[in-house]
Amino acid sequence: MDSMVFWLTLLGFGDKGWGDELLRGAWLSLEISISAYVVGLALGLAGALAKLSKRRTAVFVAVAYTTIIRSIPDILIIFLIYYTATDALRSAVTFTGLASEFQINGFVAATLSLGIVQGGYSTEVLRGAIAAIPRGQAEAAHALGLTRRQTFFLVTLPQMIPLALPGLGNLWLVVLKESSLVSLIGFTELVLAGKMAAGATRDYFLFYCAIAFVFLVMSGLSAMLFHALETSTANPGRRR
Amino acid sequence: MTEFGHYLASQLLAGIQTTVILFVGCALVGNLLAIPVALARLSARPWLRYPAVAFILAFRGTPLLVQLYLCYFGVGQLLAGVPSIRYSPLWPMLRGAYCYAFLTLSLNTAAYCGEIWRGAIQAIPDGQREAGQSLGLSKTRIMISVLLPQAFRLALPAIGGQNILLLKGTALASTITVFELMGAANLVRAQTFRVYEPLFAAALGYFLLASLVTAGFGFFERRLARRY
Repeated sequence: MDSMVFWLTLLGFGDKGWGDELLRGAWLSLEISISAYVVGLALGLAGALAKLSKRRTAVFVAVAYTTIIRSIPDILIIFLIYYTATDALRSAVTFTGLASEFQINGFVAATLSLGIVQGGYSTEVLRGAIAAIPRGQAEAAHALGLTRRQTFFLVTLPQMIPLALPGLGNLWLVVLKESSLVSLIGFTELVLAGKMAAGATRDYFLFYCAIAFVFLVMSGLSAMLFHALETSTANPGRRR
Repeated sequence: MTEFGHYLASQLLAGIQTTVILFVGCALVGNLLAIPVALARLSARPWLRYPAVAFILAFRGTPLLVQLYLCYFGVGQLLAGVPSIRYSPLWPMLRGAYCYAFLTLSLNTAAYCGEIWRGAIQAIPDGQREAGQSLGLSKTRIMISVLLPQAFRLALPAIGGQNILLLKGTALASTITVFELMGAANLVRAQTFRVYEPLFAAALGYFLLASLVTAGFGFFERRLARRY
C-alpha cells in the first residue's frame, strides 16, 4: 500500500511528482508529431506527383528518396539530417555574417528530420491514392477546360482523400510513435522527460510504464478518431 | 587506406556482424511466433483472444524505443531486485542488453506480423473453409492445409516490409548499449569527433543489408507466384 502511494506521488503534480514534466513532454510529443506529419504530407505530395510525372529526373529523384528512406534506419536519417542541416545552416549564417554564434532551434531541427523521414512514407500512400483515381476523371476535367492545376486541386485531391484516409491514419500512428526518436537528438519530449525522471528517481520500471501508457492512450484515441473520419467521409455510393 | 579508415572499417565490420545475428534471430523467432499470435487473435475462445488482443495492442501502440527502454531498464531493474535471479548462474546473461534487445524485437515483430497474418487469413474466401468441411477435414487440418498456405501468399509482401522494419529496428538496440552497426558508428563518432564518415558508412551498410532482404523476399514471392 505504501509503495502504491509512493508511486502515485511520483507520478503526481507538484514539487515531488513528475506528472507535470511528463505532461509537458507529452504535449511536446504531440506538437512535434503534428508538425512533422504536416511537413511529411507536403513532401509526400510532392514526391507522389514526381513519381507519377513524365519527367525522368523527377521520377528518379522521387524513387531515390523513397528507396533511401525505406532502407536506412530512421534514427540514422534523423542523425544525418540533424547534423547536416545544423552544419549547413550554421555555416550559411556565419558566412553571411548575421551572427557569429548560431544554434538551431531544437524544435525546428526535430521537425525537419522527422518530417523528411515521414515524407518518404507519405509518398507511397499518396501515390497509391492518386493512381487509384480513374484516368477518365482527369480527362473529363481537361475536356471541361480546367487547367492542370485546377484539375489537381478541384478533381483529383477531393477524390483521393477518402481513398488515402486509412493510409494517412497509419502514417499518423507511425509519426506519433517515431516522435520518440527525437529524444535521441536531445529534444525533451515525452520519452526524454520520462528518462530524466527515471534517472533521477531510479524508478525505471514505473516511469517507462507510464510513458508506454501515455503513448498507448494517444495512439488509441487517434485510431478511434481516424476510424470515425473514415466512416464519415466514406463514399456512400461505394459498397464497403 | 588511412589509419582512420582502418579503424572505422574494423569497428563497422564488428558491428554489422551483430546486426546480422540480431536481425536473423529476431526474424526467425518473431515470424514463427506471429502465426500462433494470429490464431489466438482469431480464436473463438475469449481466454485466448483477449490476451492476444492486448499483446498486439501493447506492442503496436507504443514506440519501439520505449519498449526497449521498458524491457532493458525497467524489467532489468525488477529482475535485479529478485535475489534468486540476481545470484543465479544465468545472471551474467540477463545483465547484458543483448537478450533484452532480442526479446523486445522478436515480440514486436510477432505482434505486427501476427496482425498481418490475421488480415490475410480473414481475406481468404469462406468457400475455402466450407469446401474443406465438406471434404470432412478437421478444423486443424483446414487451418494447416487450406487456409495458412493461401494466407501465406497474401501476407508475404507485407511480411517482407515488416522484416525490413525489423532490420531498421535493430538500429535502436544501440540505445540500450548493444554494439551493432549503429552503435559502432556512434562509438567511432564519439572517439574521433568525425560525424559524417561513420554515419554515412553505417547508412551504406544498412542500405546493402536492406537490399539483400528485399531481394530475398522478392525472389521468394516470385517462386510462390509461379506455382499457381
